[in-house]
Amino acid sequence: MKNAVEIRNLVVVRGRTRVLDGLDLDIGGGVTGLLGPSGCGKTTLMRALVGVQRLASGTVTVLGEEAGSRALRARVGYVTQAASVYDDLSVTENLTFFATVLGVGGFEVDRSIDAVDLGGQRDQVVDRLSGGQRSRVSLAVALLTEPELLVLDEPTVGLDPVLRQDLWALFHRLADAGSAVLVSSHVMDEAERCDRLLLMREGAIIADGSPAEIRHRAGAVDIEHAFLSVVGGAS
Amino acid sequence: MRPRVTLAVAVRVLIQIRRDHRTLAMLLVLPCLLISLLWWMLDAVPGDPFDRLGPALLALFPFIVMFLVTSVTTLRERSGGTLERLLSMPMGKLDFLLGYAIAFGLVATVQSVLAVAVSVGLLGLDVQGPIWLLTLVAVVDAILGTALGLFVSAFAATEFQAVQFMPAVVIPQLLLCGLFVPRPGLPDVLEAISDVLPLSYAVDAMRHLSASPTTGEVWRDLAVVAAFALAGLAVGAATLRRRTA
Repeated sequence: MKNAVEIRNLVVVRGRTRVLDGLDLDIGGGVTGLLGPSGCGKTTLMRALVGVQRLASGTVTVLGEEAGSRALRARVGYVTQAASVYDDLSVTENLTFFATVLGVGGFEVDRSIDAVDLGGQRDQVVDRLSGGQRSRVSLAVALLTEPELLVLDEPTVGLDPVLRQDLWALFHRLADAGSAVLVSSHVMDEAERCDRLLLMREGAIIADGSPAEIRHRAGAVDIEHAFLSVVGGAS
Repeated sequence: MRPRVTLAVAVRVLIQIRRDHRTLAMLLVLPCLLISLLWWMLDAVPGDPFDRLGPALLALFPFIVMFLVTSVTTLRERSGGTLERLLSMPMGKLDFLLGYAIAFGLVATVQSVLAVAVSVGLLGLDVQGPIWLLTLVAVVDAILGTALGLFVSAFAATEFQAVQFMPAVVIPQLLLCGLFVPRPGLPDVLEAISDVLPLSYAVDAMRHLSASPTTGEVWRDLAVVAAFALAGLAVGAATLRRRTA
């Protein structure tokens, strides 16, 4: 399969810092995890993929088109870190609105609500939901179109372990159905759930491979130690 | 432009307003109360000053209220991430803005009809021109407020800043619109400035309607206000950026 994402020599400057400085990266199918401490550039990289980040130079190609181009807008799903939904609308009202914008119908709304397990809360106003439920509403919006590339910025923060497991199972189901899924996290213990891992620090990818490969290469027992050993070796 | 999407935005905004009972009450009742206050204030003053000032205020209230409501709501959409999400979807900028303009235009219509009904029916405001045209001018003023509110929300980083735009954008227009000093009596420079401020035309139109049954000049003034509103929406569209730093 052709890579879902091809990034060449990407430079992003925010304020006076070069957040990304000449990044090259390909992302293919399966579930790819983007792990690194907060502030390392994960969100900036994800924003560049969905085409809402202003680039200083370099190219980002998504599904064969320039990132953010009109043709991609219904093919790429993006879930921001903060839940980007309307607090004063109910779950169903939120999804129905976004479904109209995306040009899909009631069937997709129901399917998305079921996928994030919010059937029992569908008529509740988002304001009254818990933090985890709100972020699931936000995720449900991204699932409306069964996007070919799904970009999820820390989707499992603050969720209970059972739900986290369910969501990872969902990400893998989507990946098996053919979507490329990119998930960021700053929690290292989520690393083992990914098909491929990208460890990121200070705007650069410092390790790339399956969780087992990365552990093996660094001679570490888990990803957290592998991260430390790669950072230690680099400095 | 996709009418379905424009309509979806308008319906969504209306659902949000309906759910916020306090805002809804303020939007609909406050202008009526303020007009009544003015009437009461001037009740004992000789020379029918309510007939002179009332029409101007019917132009001002919908403008001010809609300016505030729109600038804060749009800012909330910008800072809450929903605007960015929408712009990463197949959503036209014009669909977004027109959706807002339609929703708030409808609210403004109800608001203006109520304010005009109270002024003319209850408080005995004497209007020479047609009352429906008076209402139309009020509605266009409200849409102007919506357009300018959308525009300034692009320059505010917080809701606190957005509210500060109200004295910056609204009060100079209030001072120069002819309410305090008739515009021809202003110093030349200020008169020239008041000539390029939209609210001056709105107040002129209201004044004319209350004093004369002819409507030719009113339509001209109304066209100027509508042109400002359209320009505001167009510039507002330019401030919605898909890519941000």
